Amino acid sequence: MDFTVLIGGAAGQGMDTLGMMLAKSLKTLGFHVFLHRDYMSRIRGGHNFVKVRFSNRPVLSHADEVTVIVALNAETIELHSGQLSEDGRVITLENGGKVPPNLQKRTIQLSSADIVERSGNKRVAGTAALSCVLKLFGLPLAALSDTIVTVFAGTTAVANETAAQMGYDAAETKFHAEAPAPWDNIFINGNEAVALGALAAGCKFYAGYPMTPATSIMTYLAKKANDAPILVEQAEDEIAAINMALGASYAGVRAMTGTSGGGFALMAEGVSLAGITETPLVIAVAQRPGPATGLPTRTEQSDLSFVVHAGHGEFPRLVMALRHPEDAFYQTARAFNLAEKYQIPVFLLTDQYLADYTQTVAPFDFARVSIERSLATAVQAGEYLRYELTDTGLSPRIVPGKFPGKLVYVDSDEHDEAGRITEAAAVRKSMVEKRQRKGAALHPELLEPEYIGCDEPKVLIVCWGSTYGPVREAVLALNQQNHAVGALVFGDIYPLPTKMLERYSRQASKLVNLEQNATGQLASLIRQHTGLACDHSLLKYDGRQWSKDEVIAALIKEVL
Amino acid sequence: MFTIAKETAWCPGCGNFGILQGLKEGLDSLNLEPHQVVISSGIGQAAKTPHYISANMFNGLHGRSLPAGIGIKLANKDLTVIVESGDGCSYGEGGNHFVHAVRRNLDITHLVHNNQVYGLTKGQASPTTAKHQQTELQSEGVQLEPLNPLTLALTLGAGFVARGFFADRKQLAALIAEAISYRGYALIDILQTCPSFNKVNTLKWYKERVYYLSAEHNPADMGQARIKAEEWGERIPLGVIYKRETAEYGAHNTVINANPPLVDLPLKPHDAKRFMDEFR
Repeated sequence: MDFTVLIGGAAGQGMDTLGMMLAKSLKTLGFHVFLHRDYMSRIRGGHNFVKVRFSNRPVLSHADEVTVIVALNAETIELHSGQLSEDGRVITLENGGKVPPNLQKRTIQLSSADIVERSGNKRVAGTAALSCVLKLFGLPLAALSDTIVTVFAGTTAVANETAAQMGYDAAETKFHAEAPAPWDNIFINGNEAVALGALAAGCKFYAGYPMTPATSIMTYLAKKANDAPILVEQAEDEIAAINMALGASYAGVRAMTGTSGGGFALMAEGVSLAGITETPLVIAVAQRPGPATGLPTRTEQSDLSFVVHAGHGEFPRLVMALRHPEDAFYQTARAFNLAEKYQIPVFLLTDQYLADYTQTVAPFDFARVSIERSLATAVQAGEYLRYELTDTGLSPRIVPGKFPGKLVYVDSDEHDEAGRITEAAAVRKSMVEKRQRKGAALHPELLEPEYIGCDEPKVLIVCWGSTYGPVREAVLALNQQNHAVGALVFGDIYPLPTKMLERYSRQASKLVNLEQNATGQLASLIRQHTGLACDHSLLKYDGRQWSKDEVIAALIKEVL
Repeated sequence: MFTIAKETAWCPGCGNFGILQGLKEGLDSLNLEPHQVVISSGIGQAAKTPHYISANMFNGLHGRSLPAGIGIKLANKDLTVIVESGDGCSYGEGGNHFVHAVRRNLDITHLVHNNQVYGLTKGQASPTTAKHQQTELQSEGVQLEPLNPLTLALTLGAGFVARGFFADRKQLAALIAEAISYRGYALIDILQTCPSFNKVNTLKWYKERVYYLSAEHNPADMGQARIKAEEWGERIPLGVIYKRETAEYGAHNTVINANPPLVDLPLKPHDAKRFMDEFR
């Protein structure tokens, strides 16, 4: 079984709340749930929808086909009836003839007026629609009731209960949804997972400037500020944010900033400052379609090249593409260790899709998170050399103020071992080479991409980050149809780990890059680092995430 | 204690020498040790100052000395943080940070070496260059009104606003010590000469104009402060223009106030597990 419920309406009609209530009810029943939001950059009006996909097996992405549409306005039916499955149902809250003739037999019309009259509350009609959904799938109303109690209080809860009963009575069961055996899970989105990873890693300072879709990392951390504790600063701009975070890191705390492409453009000079001062920093870049303001609330993977190259001059960095919420948690925690070990900026590259989708996943294992500060605990006699030349390029790092008589000089100018400004050619050369050696030392840390698919793929997909979910589901489905397809999904992406790529690309006859951008930025990176050229390029850049169904269709049409 | 032997890159007769000396003496008078002090600077001739003094140094980007200094102070409230840069760095490139640093009112000291010209880039107008003053770039004279940092700081609600003068290092040292001791954001706009590029605001020019505020000036009186902050031209007042007790950021931010310095907090991954459990 694999069902999707779409709830659509205008911004401000409460789709988010309804979607979350339905998802939590399904989670309570033990289903695997995937909640995906599609919203416009406006507070009221327009057309927004959420899709709640659920199954008795893990669901890793959204599906195109919809089993039930909950239409809070007429436009929802117009826009989405084409995605309705053959036996799909529509639930509408509007009376009148807005339902197309071919759908009328499959439509349940709930009367908002009746619900309002009987419940005495104008805002509970959506709850009736949710209970109607549960009934269609033969699921108990009690699951929704539990959710209502946790979401609403007092008379509102009573009104919701009344509405829920009305909706439940209005439908007959059409689909058979059998929940799996109970399993321990959490229901979390990518940004929340990043924030939890930061908290687990001991991040004590986050500075940022609000920008969709990165803002919710900061919002979550701010809610936990006193409890964690962590200081969350809303800076006057992204330039201030990254410089504050660098100052905090210099002073000895684990520090982080986050933004989207436009804000990151402002941070570029700060990235370079992290590079030359060798100040550890974790930077989350949640991509959205550009250029400039682009599509603020939609998704894209078009900032890979930008993040890999941002910042003038040459210095080592690590870029991790986050693939799914669990990956986001563990990689974020790992990012702090590597930033401090190699004294470099580490990037968490995510996007709107991953930032905002919410998924049931196994609880994170905090025993797998270790904190390795890589700080020097003792210093030699004499002047402290912040940039002491060593074989690895890594200099013992101390925190200012903690060693009487020892001073920490860091400088955005080229500097000598002590951190003092210099223009001496020999010193310049040795410092450039020192920074390059750190980059070389970093290489053994790189994690190879995750391979999905049959043992001997003829077609090898290469992709990265949030396309993990749709690609995994598509590849496994194609394998079941005896297509010899495999996929390498890159997490660590710069420097590019190449061992698995070279191994699998030798077996495969076709190399296909699948990306959420228009220019194939991963393909370029692969060609640059390995000389391997992709035979096919599957690219999507309409601001909407690749679905598993689209991946399958594109592969069959263009590659297989 | 804060003196180190290091050759400076400043021109002979540069006003920065006097400010450097005033800073060293000011720090000495407070019985601080070098490792307890961090100087955050930007880029410019003034921003080289921390290279010539014995204290921790974060010599960052042009215009960004304030946010870096703020990050340092937020991370470790035990450190004495001095933000030091020129008029171009502080009021031009970093103007937005200046505005919001005043609003934030964190316990840092902001020393602005104001020579009314760009020294490092060889003589272009700065935000404080007088209107109509000619430079190589502004060959027909500056067309913009000069920025008055003191009135701006007052308008934004700063609790400590002062003007110093590079050529009187005893008074400057005392002023710097008072600013460091002030709980909150303290601004000292320090007038200085640039013998290479500012041929108008010379030592002679300043000496004919500057005077110290008398005991009659009440720094707690905003009305008087505004009048003195506006005074420029024939007579230029020096000293504490405005001073009042304010709610310093760290004192009312619960994360900073209720905890030891953030840098000293223990880090335990498992402590965050309870947050994850809320997602069950």
